[in-house]
Amino acid sequence: MSVVLDEDPTAMVLPPLIEARSARAPRAVAATLPNGLDTLVVRRRTVPMVEVRLRIPLPMANGRTAAATVARGSLMSSSMLFGTAQRDQRQLANDLATVGADLSVSADSDRLLFSTAVLRTGLSTVLDLLADVLTSATYPRAEVVAERDRLGQRITMALSQPGVVARMARSRRLFGDHPYAQAMPDPAMVAELEAVTLRRSHRDRVRPYGATLVVVGDVQPATVAKQASSAFADWVGTPRRSRVLALPEFEPGGITLVDRPGAVQSNIRIGGAAVGRRDPAYAAQQLANLIFGGYFSSRLTENLRERNGFTYSPHSGVDNAAAGSTFFVDADVATGVTARAVHETWYELGRMALAPVTQDELDLARRYALGTLALSTETQAGLASTLSSLAGQGLSASWLADYQKAVAAVTISDVQEASHRHFSVSSLATVVVGDAAVVEDSLRSLAALRNPE
Amino acid sequence: MPVRIPTLPAHPLHRLTLDNGLRVVLAPDSTAPVVAVAVYYDVGMRSEPMGRTGFAHLFEHVMFQGSAHLPKLEHARQVQGSGGVFNGSTHLDYTNYFEVLPAGALERAMFCEADRMAAPLLTQETIDNQIDVVKEEIRVNVLNRPYGAFPWLQLPEVLFDSFANTHNGYGDFVDLESATADDAAAFFDSYYAPGNAVLAVGGDFDVEQATQWVHRYFARVPARRTPDRPPFAEPALPEDRHAEVVDPLAATPALAIGWRVPDPVGDFDSFLPYVVLSELMSDSDASRLEQRLIHRDRLAIHQAMYLGLFGDPFDARDATALMFQAHHGSHVSASQLLTAVEEELESVVDEGVSETELARVQARIAAQLLRQADPVLGRTQGFAAGELIHGRAEFATELPGRLAEVDAGSVAAAAAALRISHRAVLELTPGASA
Repeated sequence: MSVVLDEDPTAMVLPPLIEARSARAPRAVAATLPNGLDTLVVRRRTVPMVEVRLRIPLPMANGRTAAATVARGSLMSSSMLFGTAQRDQRQLANDLATVGADLSVSADSDRLLFSTAVLRTGLSTVLDLLADVLTSATYPRAEVVAERDRLGQRITMALSQPGVVARMARSRRLFGDHPYAQAMPDPAMVAELEAVTLRRSHRDRVRPYGATLVVVGDVQPATVAKQASSAFADWVGTPRRSRVLALPEFEPGGITLVDRPGAVQSNIRIGGAAVGRRDPAYAAQQLANLIFGGYFSSRLTENLRERNGFTYSPHSGVDNAAAGSTFFVDADVATGVTARAVHETWYELGRMALAPVTQDELDLARRYALGTLALSTETQAGLASTLSSLAGQGLSASWLADYQKAVAAVTISDVQEASHRHFSVSSLATVVVGDAAVVEDSLRSLAALRNPE
Repeated sequence: MPVRIPTLPAHPLHRLTLDNGLRVVLAPDSTAPVVAVAVYYDVGMRSEPMGRTGFAHLFEHVMFQGSAHLPKLEHARQVQGSGGVFNGSTHLDYTNYFEVLPAGALERAMFCEADRMAAPLLTQETIDNQIDVVKEEIRVNVLNRPYGAFPWLQLPEVLFDSFANTHNGYGDFVDLESATADDAAAFFDSYYAPGNAVLAVGGDFDVEQATQWVHRYFARVPARRTPDRPPFAEPALPEDRHAEVVDPLAATPALAIGWRVPDPVGDFDSFLPYVVLSELMSDSDASRLEQRLIHRDRLAIHQAMYLGLFGDPFDARDATALMFQAHHGSHVSASQLLTAVEEELESVVDEGVSETELARVQARIAAQLLRQADPVLGRTQGFAAGELIHGRAEFATELPGRLAEVDAGSVAAAAAALRISHRAVLELTPGASA
């Protein structure tokens, strides 16, 4: 090993952090168009590009029809760009690419989301093309039938991924008969869908009222407002009212074991209730999550990865969905150490729930939370996605500043309270996907095993 | 009508070389109060000797296990506790380490990078720990996953011949398990000399101040001999090749094709048209292969054509490859797909590329490059890779202009060259393990 020469003694001392100028709060220009579409425009000229997000809420009426709704939404979103009254699939794709855009459409249990970046000079073209799709997508039968087959195969491929199997098992465990239990479309239901069903669904649900268009980039907000109101003038209609169903209670405790014979790893998935962005305890919960397993410098990573070498990338987080927020822990571990890894994870959860964190742990997590919030909104794409996600929960850009203030004020006892509330093992559901023949006995020594829902 | 393509104003670059040989690129840019620090070492998977597959990547992990003044876990705490993020990654020709932080943490980030450049802690205990971690990384990304590392781990075995270009860069478990602290010390001594590295700093900082810090923290790293870098180039593929793999976890078949292409550094002018060709063939719904394989003939579930094993055309030296991969239903044969891909390449040669199509592809390329350049880390990594691979940090700034100059004739010429080149084909079939 080489020898360090200390010509400059100050080089040995960890340098201080300097208070930098703080990031500009985004100045979002908000407006509502006559058709009910909310628009949010931020001028940010870092590169001569523009990011566009259009979010249309698609709440599900009830759990009984959720499977059908998820299947329909999935095929609708992947077939939406197959043509409009004015353009066939190829023409639409050409027109988008000509201005540098690559429009994606995705659906989940809460919303439909259109997303693209475009050269500064092509924004009005993209808005016109988007409006064309929204008002006159044709869902040509032959193309829909072909996409139906491809989607079925993509779902089959996804279902062979252990991470997907594990996520689905946890969703069923946590959400019971709520629509969120339907984490993937059912291939059999997709196979039965007809183009005419998609057209009807589009007419009924793809409507401007309650939708939010976010535009961030090298733009003049006043110009964008004019472009948007002209582009979307013909897109009208209020959606059928459907409220967001509250999340159900779930039965915590035990371990749900999903057998995956021969698996060389086990996927540990833990979940439970969390509070949402509007809750006064949200900031404390976020810092508690960081300290537990939300970033590299967490107790979970130190234990499972850096001390025991059980896993590559253990992590925890909070998923904010329209119906409610969920706390989760994920770790993919070697088959032979599965029960020990569950035990260590539970131990770290228990330690959070029962004993206060240190001031150093809190300060570290706080600086990380504040710093990375600034980093994540530094780019056009990051800011656009953040604002769109906030809009999906009815929150404006000012939530970011409020959250920063709340994070700055969190105390050790706030973290303790949040941890006690959300990280108690007795209030969480644990799912393991792995080779049951190998892991079953040792898991049974930790808790009663449950069959998958 | 083609859109007018906007360009990024060139940011000034400042460079210096320290007495110990470290090359430094400073790219100030005050658009946001953040900075990025990137250290690129000129050693990657291709430099691993026989019996030490996966060592470059394992060593990357070990570089996070502490250094002279920062005990284990402290690097992460310093960076994250400054409000920043960090990571590292191992490529064919280099290994990089990087941080993005609030501007006020720049000096601290330099301290951390310099400390491990000078003296990482290389103990058997931390190496054993990271061998376990890397084995889990390989299980999660390769062994426990359908299509794991397809085709980047398997296709090179068919397409290339030398050990450097064909071995498993993630590492054989037997090789990984035998790694020792002595191996790590020798690897560090050979390849992590300051003269074998590039430091790039981008974002919101004062050049004079940053230069002082560079001297204060990095100049103390002693100079060492820099390693000879053997050429990894290979001559044209002498015949068409074909191989099959069985994936017991996969649900549907997949196909990969690879072609050897010109030297991406030494023969840059010949290489560039392939970049435009791959975009024209495969990028976006409008591309020729998407139209043909997905929409017209309905042969594939998904298709992608790209340059470089990892999809970045500019981060590898010779030898590199044009890659194609598709997932397809079991009712479609690999030869149907192969024929369709070859016919589409033929049509670029025979019918050429219209100005409208070329303008569209150029707009997409420009948009993707601009988007990559928006985060300070993307810009800074571009400068570091440009300096290390191409010898010029300015490479990153000039690239959009160079790509925009590629004309229809040279794209067709690249397709014509592929027509007479041999290619390597790898078929993945789902099935029970042997």
